[in-house]
Amino acid sequence: MDPAKLGNAIEAAGASAAGESLVALFTVFVLAVFVGYYVVWNVTAALHSPLMSVTNAISSVIIVGALIAAGPTDINFSKVMGFIAVVLASINIFGGFIVSQRMLQMFRKKG
Amino acid sequence: MSDELTGLAYLIAAICFILALRGLSSPTTARQGNAIGITGMVIAIGTTLASPEVLDYGWIAGGILIGGAIGTVIALKIQMTALPQLVAAFHSLVGLAAVFVATAALYAPGAYGLGSVGSIATASLVEMSLGTAIGAITFTGSIIAFAKLQGLVSGAPLVFTGQHPLNALLGIGAVALVIWFSTTESYTAYWAIIVLSLALGFLLILPIGGADMPVVVSMLNSYSGWAACGIGFTLGNMLLIITGALVGSSGAILSYIMCKGMNRSFFNVILGGFGAEEGVVSAAAGDRSVRQGGAEDAAFIMQNAGKVIIVPGYGMAVAQAQHALREMSDVLKDAGVSVSYAIHPVAGRMPGHMNVLLAEANVPYDEVFELEEINHEFSTADVVYVIGANDVTNPAAKTDPASPIYGMPILDVEKAQTVLFVKRGMSSGYAGVDNELFFRDNTMMLFGDAKKMTEEILQALD
Repeated sequence: MDPAKLGNAIEAAGASAAGESLVALFTVFVLAVFVGYYVVWNVTAALHSPLMSVTNAISSVIIVGALIAAGPTDINFSKVMGFIAVVLASINIFGGFIVSQRMLQMFRKKG
Repeated sequence: MSDELTGLAYLIAAICFILALRGLSSPTTARQGNAIGITGMVIAIGTTLASPEVLDYGWIAGGILIGGAIGTVIALKIQMTALPQLVAAFHSLVGLAAVFVATAALYAPGAYGLGSVGSIATASLVEMSLGTAIGAITFTGSIIAFAKLQGLVSGAPLVFTGQHPLNALLGIGAVALVIWFSTTESYTAYWAIIVLSLALGFLLILPIGGADMPVVVSMLNSYSGWAACGIGFTLGNMLLIITGALVGSSGAILSYIMCKGMNRSFFNVILGGFGAEEGVVSAAAGDRSVRQGGAEDAAFIMQNAGKVIIVPGYGMAVAQAQHALREMSDVLKDAGVSVSYAIHPVAGRMPGHMNVLLAEANVPYDEVFELEEINHEFSTADVVYVIGANDVTNPAAKTDPASPIYGMPILDVEKAQTVLFVKRGMSSGYAGVDNELFFRDNTMMLFGDAKKMTEEILQALD
């Protein structure tokens, strides 16, 4: 891809994606990876199973994309797709947080 | 709600998620962390519902109600021993949801501010296809992992000739389709990407054996995060990008820890087939004898010990022996014996599997130690009680360069005065190697089911 075309693509993405430029999004992404890296290395090994179920629950925040698809008043293909995604993500959100809570409830100290 | 306000609310939600993970640094703060995570999710959903794009709440309420009910029932009913397959199943749903959201965005780009059908920007199409591809791979990959963990298909690695070239070909095909789709916005190309990615997810996990599942489950955890990230880029949604990146790096770190626990490279695990060959048992093993004992012998030895270390493995989970084990250690502790537990990083079928099962059986977490914390203590232990673990105790990992597990960090149980090894038979472990430990003079084999044997010892102690 020649630079001019790439530039156009980036500009186009910037214009379309709710005013955020691709570079801004990418900056946030890279910083978040770093935050994730340092936070997760601090998680105690004993809680690696709850870590998986909590991350699983929060990754279902993808539901925000599903809500927008399911939100319009007229019924079309996208709305149906959005609805299914809302159901799937909800299973995960409720299931993930509840099972994490169940697990964490069991970890207790001596005595 | 204005765009600025929405952005700020999303930022707060993202911070909540970071704090939720931060809470997991200690069992004392973890429950609070989980509550903060839930708060973040409520903020995220509430904010989106208040946005001008969302006008009809009927379908959404129905969807959340249906999904929420299903999720709640599953989470409350699930047995703790079935946790690995539950997590795998949940990952598959995130992947599938990502595919559906990307599809919705493709067919109605206007709702997301992506322009109109036929004129979506190239960059958005690239992001869309990546999100959907990773989502589809996560979906079928997790289904296979679930089926293996649940025992629906054999946990043995499934290998066939031409497997890797086929996967490579599919991978190249997927890249070509992404290029085709991004330049033309062709629906055909889009659906072809999905079909190909579904096949790829299926084929990638199939050759990976049961005991490598801790790596697979963590890897799929990571993928589900990257899929969310891809969707975040497509929709220009910061919250999705941040959360996806957190989850993605978390899963990647867990995969790394699991690989290190087996001294194997990530690619070695992913390429699969490990433990498929059974022929590596040394010839000399056949005519050597082992010292065999019964529950009474074990009870007598442990009663008279000062310090006992228990090493649990996947066999404990299969036999559901954790409760009997805790009762046994209670009796020993009452008799003045010091009891602690040693956990190998890859014991069980998911990261932290053993810790959760012991916690379920009311074992206090300050009696449970990780490999680095406890390894030096085996030399001062009178008895090590190995229950359902094998390869993670095999000294061949330190002494035999020809062994497939050579270099793997192991629990130095052989340094203890007496090793009690609960095992169903003399079969080798997952790696297909004989455990030298069985034939040592200070080892006593206790043949039987892990739970039954522990219960018998418990009776003999009374």
